[in-house]
Order: sequence, then structure tokens, then C-alpha cells
Amino acid sequence: MRTVLDVVSAVMLLVGVLLYLVAALGLVRLPDVFSRMHAATKASTLGLALVLLGAMLRVEQAGDAVRLGLVIAFTFLTAPVGAHMLGRAAYRSGVGGIEDLAVDELKDPDGPDPDGVERAGPGTDSDTDTDDQSGATHERGQRP
Amino acid sequence: MTVVVTICLSILALAVVLVLLRLILGPSVPDRVVALDMLAQIIVAGIALGLVVTRKDTYLAVLVAVSLLSFVGTVTVARFVERRGS
Repeated sequence: MRTVLDVVSAVMLLVGVLLYLVAALGLVRLPDVFSRMHAATKASTLGLALVLLGAMLRVEQAGDAVRLGLVIAFTFLTAPVGAHMLGRAAYRSGVGGIEDLAVDELKDPDGPDPDGVERAGPGTDSDTDTDDQSGATHERGQRP
Repeated sequence: MTVVVTICLSILALAVVLVLLRLILGPSVPDRVVALDMLAQIIVAGIALGLVVTRKDTYLAVLVAVSLLSFVGTVTVARFVERRGS
């Protein structure tokens, strides 16, 4: 039983560490900030979870395994938050190679909008809205 | 198990070299923040590998602390970049 667990743990460690290597390669090779974040996420979620699960199979007390699971859960909670804040900061400070993006859904809606067919739905013309309309269609036209 | 961990640590060392390359080359601050975040994750994985070899629970406290600190660092620099830019 011990040997089986060790083999499973070794495979998990190797696969997780290889994901780290792939993420580091992507960090070097990919062209802009957002695609680099896309690559780095592979390491910080799946790679870290595999390495810590592999370590979980090796510890002796159950409390240690629980604490390792806590680290996995915490990373899964914080990694999206951190990536979101970093992506927003990169977009707003304008350093992310924004003009090279194929689709920019955060573009200013008041500016020239070549493919704004979907945005011109009901609610966009909020000045012609009457008061008896429901709040749902009214709020849909307002961009935060 | 020691052999496996040695192989894993050398792969991680290769990853560290690549991440440091991006940290040095990175044209903007968010690039470097992504690289630093990735570096912290690699450190967490290295500590976990140390835990696998030695089976001492001293490593666990360090693991929790480093993973907390990497999140705080990323968020702090992201807020700094956002306030300073534009």
C-alpha cells in the first residue's frame, strides 16, 4: 500500500512540476501581458494542486494533510482575485498591448464602435424610456 | 522518492531560469508582477518538495505563510500600478 501511494505521489509531483515548466515557457514565449497571465495560471492552479496533492500522500499525520488542503483551497480562492486585479490594472494603465487585441470588450461605448450591433438593443436609448417600463430593461443599458 | 524529488527540483530550476528571464526582459510592470507571482508559486512547490523528502511539519507553516504573502504582494503591486497609470 505504501509503495502504491508513493508511486501515485511521484507521478503527481512530476506532472505538476512539468506544468510549472510549461507555464514558465509560456511566460517567455507569449506576446503580451494577458496571454502571459493565461500561461501563469496553469502553474498556480493545476500545477500547485498536483504538487500539494502529491505531498499530501506522503505526510503521516492527518492534520498535515488537512493543512495542505487548506493551502490548495486558499490558492484557488485568491489566484482569480489576484489575476483579476492585475489584469484590470494592466488594462487601465494601458501597457498590455491593448491596440493589438483582436476583441476589446471594454472599449468605451461612447466612442466609435464598428461592430456595436448587439449593444444597440432595447435600453440603450434610455432617454426615450417611459417610466412604466420594468427596471430590468432600464438597467441593461447602463454600463458600470 | 529522493530521485523523483531531485528530478522535480531540477525541472523547477529550469522554470525559475525562464521566469527570471521574463522578470529581466519584461517590458512593463505587470509583466514583472506576473513573473514574480509565478516565482512565488515555484517557491511554494519547492517547499512542498522539501516536505515530501523530509516529512517534517515545519515546512507546512512556511508553505502557508509564503502562499499568503504572494497573494498580498500581487494585490499590492496591482493597486499601485492601477493608481499610477493613466
